[in-house]
Amino acid sequence: MEFPDDLRYTRDHEWLRMEGNEGVVGITDFAQDALGDVVFVELPAVDATLAQGQVLGVVESNKTVSDLFAPVSGRVIAVNHVLRDGPEHVNTDPYGAGWMIRLRVVRPDEVDGLLDAAAYRAHIASELRK
Amino acid sequence: MARRTPLFDVHRALGARMGEFAGWEMPLSYRGAAEEHRAVRERCALFDVSHMGEIELRGPGAAVVCQELTVNDIRRLRIGDGQYTLFCNQRGGVLDDLIVVRLGAERYLLVVNAANTATDYAWVRARAGERAEVVDRSAELALLALQGPEAERALRTLTALDLTALRPFTALEGPVAGVRTLVSRTGYTGEDGFELLVAASDAPRLWEAVLDATRRRDGLPAGLGARDTLRLEAGLPLCGTDMDETTTPLEAGLAWVVKLGKGDFVGRAALAEQAARGVVRRLVGIELAEPGVPRHGCAVWRDGDAVGSVTSGTRSPTLGRYIGLAYVTAGAAAPGTPVAVEIRGRRVPARVVARTFYRRVQRED
Repeated sequence: MEFPDDLRYTRDHEWLRMEGNEGVVGITDFAQDALGDVVFVELPAVDATLAQGQVLGVVESNKTVSDLFAPVSGRVIAVNHVLRDGPEHVNTDPYGAGWMIRLRVVRPDEVDGLLDAAAYRAHIASELRK
Repeated sequence: MARRTPLFDVHRALGARMGEFAGWEMPLSYRGAAEEHRAVRERCALFDVSHMGEIELRGPGAAVVCQELTVNDIRRLRIGDGQYTLFCNQRGGVLDDLIVVRLGAERYLLVVNAANTATDYAWVRARAGERAEVVDRSAELALLALQGPEAERALRTLTALDLTALRPFTALEGPVAGVRTLVSRTGYTGEDGFELLVAASDAPRLWEAVLDATRRRDGLPAGLGARDTLRLEAGLPLCGTDMDETTTPLEAGLAWVVKLGKGDFVGRAALAEQAARGVVRRLVGIELAEPGVPRHGCAVWRDGDAVGSVTSGTRSPTLGRYIGLAYVTAGAAAPGTPVAVEIRGRRVPARVVARTFYRRVQRED
């Protein structure tokens, strides 16, 4: 399983890639694997304002429905419309074509509070032991 | 603790993702349900369905008891013939759906759903009384399902049995890969295919040989995840999910299985009355106009009126569209009827469609 070093992670299994003051959000390889084949992704409207930890959407596989949480606060500036007809991209390319939203990040300090790849790996190892 | 089939260790060695289904720890998928689904539609795949129950009725009274307990007519079965049928209660509610195979002059094998095996066995025993011997053979038998357009070509490499002559819903007994097997042309995927009934102790050897043959046709092992989306695309109801004791076969679109003219059977009076009166609701196909997954229990609306409820739903891997089965009032059951499915408080536009979302194309050999 892959967890790129240039990303930040949440304990709820979202990833955040910072590009200047914008952040791209998706779910991790661990999350997509645990869900199984993703069949539907519900995303917020462009311009929606999200607070850190707020539910931003839903990802569904045949077996479960999971909420998606905003890793940091911000305003939605783009959503990945490709997932509407191709939710399988979340499984096949979780850090690329399976991206979900792009945010204008309003509180950069929140980014520093997220996990780095090593801390996220440790987090899922402890979840698996539960 | 969940029960395990004789192939549990084999699944683990293959890296299967295991999960509980009907009290059994079963493979849900190996490499991915969508890929396994596609393999069944395009080539072939092998399933372990040993969680299914097998109940045998034997003796001079076996035929009479079977005829009395099931809604279809077993009089037409010759030895080796099978048929899809149902157990109903006195009110005509569905207790289980099953396949009955006539094994001998006075022997009938009932292949039932895992979740119902114990209650079915108790039911059949109670109704049979002294008239027939009833044996629960579930623990001594394993069941594999090889499904897909390449299934016959794959299986042909392992047996001298004349598979080409084996018609749907018929069975032949003989060696497959040196293992004594009852091969039937049946399945639950909407594709051509076979189910292989073997002694539990022979199951690992047969699985290995059939999986090798499957892989030589570019096939895969497949789990219950793919089995569920395959049966749903084919419009096949799942007992316990799409029908139960509160629904009748006539409501579930299975009137073709119910032979009201065959003589008396459990549930006949209630079903005859319902047939005469007409059903007030029907199990129909629904297709959403926008992405969204209809889930069991989602309300179905028409012009602001609640007209029914979803029983199963998924994104069809073959069609890429969002489909489901739902009971709706008879007035809303005609194909083309515009409805809406309520998903997390939002009414997603949909329409009623024919239940067979996917129908296989007959191929020439």
